Amino acid sequence: MKASAKKPNVDLSIEFAGIRSPNPFWLASAPPTDKAYNVERAYEAGWGGVVWKTLGEDPAAVNVSSRYSAHFGKNREVLGFNNIELITDRSLEINLREITEVKKRWPDRALIVSLMVPCVEESWKAILPLVEATGADGIELNLGCPHGMPERGMGAAVGQNPDLIEQVTRWCKQYYSKPVIVKLTPNITDIRAPARAAMRGGADAVSLINTINSITSIDLDNMVAKPTVGSQSTHGGYCGAAVKPIAMNMVAEIARDPETQGLPICGIGGISNWRDAAEFAALGAGAMQVCTAAMLHGFRIVEEMQDGLARWMAEKGYRSLAEFSGKAVANTTDWKYLDMNFQTIAHIDQDTCIQCGRCYIACEDTSHQSIAKLIDASGARRYEVIEEECVGCNLCQITCPVEDCISMVPQPSDKPYMSWNEDPRNPFRESA
Amino acid sequence: MTHPLNHLTRAGDGTRDSTTALEANFSDLHPPLTQRQAFIESQRCLYCFDAPCVEACPSDIDIPRFIREIAEDNINGAAQTILEENILGGSCARVCPTEILCEQSCVRNHDAECQPVLIGLLQRHAVDHMHFDGHPFMRAADTGKHIAIVGAGPAGLSCAHRLATYGHRVTIFEAEAKTGGLNEYGIARYKLVDDYAQKEIDFLLEIGGIEIRHGQRLGDNLALDTLQRDYDSVFLGLGLGTSRQLGLTGEHAVGLMPATDYIKELRQTDDLSELPLAKRCVVIGAGNTAIDMAVQMARLGADAVTLVYRRGVESMAATGHEQEIAKANGVRIVTWAQPEQVLLDDTGRVAGMRFARTESRGGALATTGETLDIPADAVFTAIGQAFDAASLSDARAGQLGQEAGKIEVDGNFRTSLAGVFAGGDCIAAGQDLTVQAVQHGKLAAQAIHNEIMAQQEVA
Repeated sequence: MKASAKKPNVDLSIEFAGIRSPNPFWLASAPPTDKAYNVERAYEAGWGGVVWKTLGEDPAAVNVSSRYSAHFGKNREVLGFNNIELITDRSLEINLREITEVKKRWPDRALIVSLMVPCVEESWKAILPLVEATGADGIELNLGCPHGMPERGMGAAVGQNPDLIEQVTRWCKQYYSKPVIVKLTPNITDIRAPARAAMRGGADAVSLINTINSITSIDLDNMVAKPTVGSQSTHGGYCGAAVKPIAMNMVAEIARDPETQGLPICGIGGISNWRDAAEFAALGAGAMQVCTAAMLHGFRIVEEMQDGLARWMAEKGYRSLAEFSGKAVANTTDWKYLDMNFQTIAHIDQDTCIQCGRCYIACEDTSHQSIAKLIDASGARRYEVIEEECVGCNLCQITCPVEDCISMVPQPSDKPYMSWNEDPRNPFRESA
Repeated sequence: MTHPLNHLTRAGDGTRDSTTALEANFSDLHPPLTQRQAFIESQRCLYCFDAPCVEACPSDIDIPRFIREIAEDNINGAAQTILEENILGGSCARVCPTEILCEQSCVRNHDAECQPVLIGLLQRHAVDHMHFDGHPFMRAADTGKHIAIVGAGPAGLSCAHRLATYGHRVTIFEAEAKTGGLNEYGIARYKLVDDYAQKEIDFLLEIGGIEIRHGQRLGDNLALDTLQRDYDSVFLGLGLGTSRQLGLTGEHAVGLMPATDYIKELRQTDDLSELPLAKRCVVIGAGNTAIDMAVQMARLGADAVTLVYRRGVESMAATGHEQEIAKANGVRIVTWAQPEQVLLDDTGRVAGMRFARTESRGGALATTGETLDIPADAVFTAIGQAFDAASLSDARAGQLGQEAGKIEVDGNFRTSLAGVFAGGDCIAAGQDLTVQAVQHGKLAAQAIHNEIMAQQEVA
């Protein structure tokens, strides 16, 4: 028995698009949520919700052998993850029975059923009442799977066509009484189009991103990509930490689109720890789905995620997720609205500088030649910013191996805010 | 000559177990990194620009580059980056005092880590794991030039290899029976295990065009004027041939010998258990040779090894790292005591040393009047090596300009005699560093090449 520790007094529970969950951490529809055994282990570990791995029409899909691959960092840390698995390969009947049982045993947890059936009304009309009968809290439409299913006219084949998204969403709202979440594919030019379509169709929320088309690496001895099936491979869906920046941009695009104002967003894409979750929330996500981090470390990570998020919230004085959700949206704008009169300049803290010269060579070779390499009287090297030349690009700060050694210092200015639209240097400026 | 320690017992009892145990005591002091360790360590390198480690390395190796090549799974590239500047990069990786060279200047020492990248071990990793199809360097078309090198130590070998790549023929004259100089005879056994010095030489000689003649000693059966006459150029890599003496009565007593002589035997023996063991011994000196001697005697099984230095620890030439090794091996370090008398027993053998206690008076060393007697079965002197003047005894060699008791050279390693170059420990700038000797040999080879090719153009 452990000593009973004091815990921060914050409320992590959420109500997302009408679905209640004791915390915002849900497992995404994927292998970890494939069957009752995994899902119950996840609930035991503390996950607030689960999106059950996508159900389809019988006969169930058949998977190939060798299914995952990764983009590794130098120390074998997984930067990105890639899979070529299809939707559930178990029968609809078994899945529905397990969902019913699990929901009954875990009434306080969110249980959402991911669905993918052919793009015809009869198919949706047939499956939705069966799902409704399980008692699950809602459905998520898998319109984003990038491999295997599009060839069959499902998944991303639908998600890349806004008209089909709207149509399918409408059918779901027609034949299903609980919340409908539309999962969006990132394999599209403008993420706002499918989000708007989902909204038009009556979606209660969108979730994004699904995986990105990817080839992670090539076996150069055998000249075949990974994962390898026999002597061949195919593109898969990319996820994990590496996709987080792409996912966050897409979440922000939807969050600040006037046409989808107020549409709940469930953030997905590389969420690996509490900080990632807080960042997605700051961009407007009301719930978060996690997959890769759990696949790499097991379900236990949710404890650290909850604890870290709660402590950070307590420090900041946020009592619930809603209090900071979307707070970074207003500060995310189009380039043309940025302040042309703002100027920041790099400053090198000589006390913590280790004289590695990385900032110098990065600036000298590839940027603005704004760092001077000096040798002081004792022969020691010293790097200093040439302030007149510095454009405040951040490159030196990024390449510096010492945290907080290079800081970017906003320069005082008596000039007012001026966007590019108002800038006299802009030949196409919108005249006042 | 009677061995000065023949009266002592042997290190082992001749059984296989005792020999095996002794061999274990002389295994690799710093075991190599595993593949995975090397890979992880290589990630720690910050790939500095104008890297301080490169500035600190006497041999100009592009250290960030070879480490990045290890990190990028290009082990042959890494090895070539090392070897193109230092053909003895494998032994330097093992014997260099990296703690006062590259690793001391590593920027990772600065911040909260206080832990440099293990450059020496990474260099060893790269060279140990290279796998070339043949020798990794090319020999230019034969120039018809023939250069004589005296001394097959690191300076001479480095010079020979570089000259060979330029297409010159080289003949090395070596006094000892084996090639390698200090790498073969002078380095502590646990720093160059598994006959590495000879393996490295075999590799170096793959370049071709290098002939080595052993038993050739300048000032004995070899004369400088003959070399000047018969060869297009001469490089002297003579090293330091003699050990400094205490200058005390009893210097030649049974039981007293220079540490370098003992280390040489220790390096050459096939059976450590046959070596004479001084159960109680005194090592006089404060350099790395003194430490090597003391630690090796401790590992052979001595009960009491005392290293005595006339000044304080802070003045010791041995690096802090070496001093730590000594302490870890149970060596007692006594400072502020200078040799005063060799104590002999009634048969005239060494029974110990008497030291005069010293102190610093305004920086000058002074005796306090107190003395300290340390009983010992053997006393080893390691108070420095000196250039052997006898090697310059022939008429022509006698004309060589000298500086601080060594051979004088200019910035291009030219001696005062036309066509005669010198480098390594035998020149004034020599610092008793293998890596520096390698650098001298390499730079001298470039200077020799430039000079003889320029002469050819004029002619």
